[in-house]
Amino acid sequence: MPSRTQRIDRLAELVAARREDGEGRGVWREAFARMRRDPMAITGAAIVGVFLLVAVLGELIAPYSPTAQTWGAEVFPNRNVFVGPRAENWLGLDNLGRDQFSRMVIGARQTLLVGVVAAGLGFTAGALLGGVSGAAHTLGGRAGRRIDTVLMRFTDMMLALPTLLLAVSIAALLGQGLTTVMVAVGAAQIPIFARLLRGAMIAQGSRDYVLAARALGARRRRIALAHILPNSMGPVLVQLTLSLATAIIDAAALSYLGLGNPDPSVPEWGTMLADAQRFLGGAPQLAVFPALAIIVTALGFTLMGEAMRESLDPRLRN
Amino acid sequence: MSLLEIEDLEVHFPIRRGILLERTVGRVRAVDGVSLSVAAGTTYGLVGESGCGKTTLGRAVLRLVDVTAGQVRLGGVDLAGLGAEELRRSRRRVQMVFQDPLGSLDPRQNVESLLMEGLEVHGLGAGRAERRARVADALEAVGLSARALPRYPHEFSGGQRQRIGIARALVLAPDLIVCDEPVSALDVSIQAQVLNLLEELQRERGLAYLVIAHDLAVVRHVSDTVGVMYLGALVEEAPGAGLYAGPLHPYTRSLISAVPVPDPAVEDGRRRILLQGDLPSPADPPPGCRFHTRCPWRQEERCATDRPELRTVAEGHKVACHYAESIAAGEIRPNPPG
Amino acid sequence: MTRSPLLDVDELSVAFTRRRRRDVQAVDRISFSLREGRITGLVGESGCGKSVTSLALMGLLPARGVRVGGTARFRLGGGDEVDLLALPAARLRDLRGSEIAMVFQDPLSSLNPVVPIGRQVAEVLTRHRGLKGAAARGQAAELLARVGIPDPGRRLREYPHELSGGMRQRALIAMAVACRPRLLIADEPTTALDVTIQAQILELLAGLVAEEGTALLMITHDLGVVAGLCDEINVLYSGRTVEGAARHELFAAPTHPYTAGLLGSIPRLDAPRDEPLTPIRGTVDDAIGWDDGCAFAPRCDRFAEDCLGGPPPMRERRAGHRFRCLHPTEPAPGEESEGR
Repeated sequence: MPSRTQRIDRLAELVAARREDGEGRGVWREAFARMRRDPMAITGAAIVGVFLLVAVLGELIAPYSPTAQTWGAEVFPNRNVFVGPRAENWLGLDNLGRDQFSRMVIGARQTLLVGVVAAGLGFTAGALLGGVSGAAHTLGGRAGRRIDTVLMRFTDMMLALPTLLLAVSIAALLGQGLTTVMVAVGAAQIPIFARLLRGAMIAQGSRDYVLAARALGARRRRIALAHILPNSMGPVLVQLTLSLATAIIDAAALSYLGLGNPDPSVPEWGTMLADAQRFLGGAPQLAVFPALAIIVTALGFTLMGEAMRESLDPRLRN
Repeated sequence: MSLLEIEDLEVHFPIRRGILLERTVGRVRAVDGVSLSVAAGTTYGLVGESGCGKTTLGRAVLRLVDVTAGQVRLGGVDLAGLGAEELRRSRRRVQMVFQDPLGSLDPRQNVESLLMEGLEVHGLGAGRAERRARVADALEAVGLSARALPRYPHEFSGGQRQRIGIARALVLAPDLIVCDEPVSALDVSIQAQVLNLLEELQRERGLAYLVIAHDLAVVRHVSDTVGVMYLGALVEEAPGAGLYAGPLHPYTRSLISAVPVPDPAVEDGRRRILLQGDLPSPADPPPGCRFHTRCPWRQEERCATDRPELRTVAEGHKVACHYAESIAAGEIRPNPPG
Repeated sequence: MTRSPLLDVDELSVAFTRRRRRDVQAVDRISFSLREGRITGLVGESGCGKSVTSLALMGLLPARGVRVGGTARFRLGGGDEVDLLALPAARLRDLRGSEIAMVFQDPLSSLNPVVPIGRQVAEVLTRHRGLKGAAARGQAAELLARVGIPDPGRRLREYPHELSGGMRQRALIAMAVACRPRLLIADEPTTALDVTIQAQILELLAGLVAEEGTALLMITHDLGVVAGLCDEINVLYSGRTVEGAARHELFAAPTHPYTAGLLGSIPRLDAPRDEPLTPIRGTVDDAIGWDDGCAFAPRCDRFAEDCLGGPPPMRERRAGHRFRCLHPTEPAPGEESEGR
């Protein structure tokens, strides 16, 4: 006859078998675990991974120099004579006889740089702006709300400026070049991040756990930095990945318009796309390859961002 | 002198309009002149329906909202008169347990961090070891094991989260805990667990509670004194035992008659006193007695013009009604509805 | 003279399928029946399956990821019987609102916030009774008056957020009874309301049932509400019915330990204040699967070894009082027949 303890033990086993116990995983680790199983996240991460790898390894992968016009004699753009993909040159030659594949590989690095710097600039400045605004609104009382209003109107003005106008103005200041493009694209992102972080912080600011922290006697700085900010970062980080994608595309657009790096020796997918415009009739592949590369890379970042957003969504937990 | 004394407390929220310059176009009178006191080691239950101001009052006790007028005295010291730093330090003596067990715990903090925070903020505990000991003691007091420490709020059930919230309040060893709807978000079978826990902690540690809830049966069960609030004012106050036996204020009578009792025989024999109309807006309370627009016993004289004071009509029993005695004696009958 | 029941639910099951994980059996073969003019209650806490049951009956469960079993025979106005769970979607849509209606918990999220109340009520009339324009509006005003909304003519033009919680719920009920349904399902209709408003709404529902002969399925966690309102009560735990009885019988003789435990853990206004509450230990998460034994066993004081030998069968105590327990709180006197 099993004792009462044994019966209770057996019950506990059955209960434990049904329950899926957690082991102290925080919000981020849980989200990450969920993402590991998500096909969308895996695809996105794979694309981004390949892109990063190519960008970093650059010269090790490129079979030829990106700037040497090795096969210049074979190409006659004026007479519409181009060289398409062949055994020697996997993606063919560009209008100056340079190996397209090598240019694409090296170009990845520049493109990555542009995307990261631009998005990073937008994120840093925008988060700062939005963070100060959000903290002022939630914790600063009446004066804080005024500060928030002023800062947000300023942000609205930035939003109202067309990106192109902003870019041209910056180009007038800084001159043509990759820096201009990065600053312009980054600046356009600032109001987006600002509004996003501010909105998230205000939403968190009215939650009970913030009230609980105040009830404990925590100082406002602690509440803002340790409670509100970390819980508001979710949507902002998702936006960061999405911004990387759009930054690359926007930078390509600006280069296409002639604001980018005039130096042809440094390949970059956006400028390559711009240069290829003249030869669309005779050698469409010169435009197609960079365009595809930009699209696929942007897609990779977007997929990752979407997957991250879904995995952080509290409603989908449990 | 009681541990907590609230005197003529008023909490008004301005209604603001305007884009750049905020104008105040009106005031929401959430708490409009309430006085009550809570003795050390006892429980005061504040009950009322939505819009009565009880939650705001609870927050005002902790100065989580600004006090418009009146005093909140803790151990004789007016909290309103304290500077920011002194106020912050006084928070050690009064803590709060919140209604929403999930929302009141920071999802990014594990239990250990949640419980340690109070100690860190006030610099209590000589070192890490002593703080851990206090945290462990609070956890055990609420019936959770040390295995809970590394886990995060979303890994627990509602009742367990509420226990964590209580542990967080206990860790500072307060004198008074304001419990804002401590069990209303929990399953029925769990509510009793938490209520019993609160009572046990009170016995062991001599805690005083201000329990705020809309469930009259819950409030009555745990409270020594019960106060009934309506539209920002206290309309009746009586010992827990006596309130059900002999309610005097028309609103209290109506409230009690509306609470369902899990006993068909009792339910069949009841006559519900139904209120007419809607709750008036706290931004525009009725003149005179705040309840007169819905009162079944409303009289022509005084009800619409004079605001009744909360006066003592029996031992420990206060009512804010001009005609409380007459109604109780049966001299005045309720007006027919319509 | 007993006609066949208006709704006869037999072995209703609802399972939610998940990728690469075990199915969640939300409802596990429950059976109950409703008759005209009677109020039947489904009582239980979170996770017992009561809300999922009502959604299944109304055909409001998602199409994918859900497996529904059992039958729900409903007697139509013409006398024919249909199985609600097997009806094609279009046919069920015709029935919803005209013969079967539902009232939900949160009136604010159940009403369209950008459409005035009057138009929402009129829409129901238009859809099922073909009324249009002024005729529909007139009927809508009448309905609003019938559910106790004062000044209905003016209210027709108001938006949901302009009404109080109680008024919104009355408007929802007006929409539900607009076409005089024969079956009304109310899923926690008063949980979000103040207790004085709750009393009004419950009286309204009871009045409608008495006047129209509607059958009402009342779903709630509040034992006090069912004590005053329902003719029959079914207690659910972890997806199964654990006890079912007529109103007075259930409260006079709560047989299943869960029912008894619930009653013992609720503070009552009419009991002495000092009477201690005896909570049920553990939580609803501490349940085992019905296949392994009685799901309530881990929390039960009367637990014995044979409680782990598979699902306890439903037994009958007196006529109409059934329970699913091998060691009930009061020994079943005499009759012990195999029920459903």
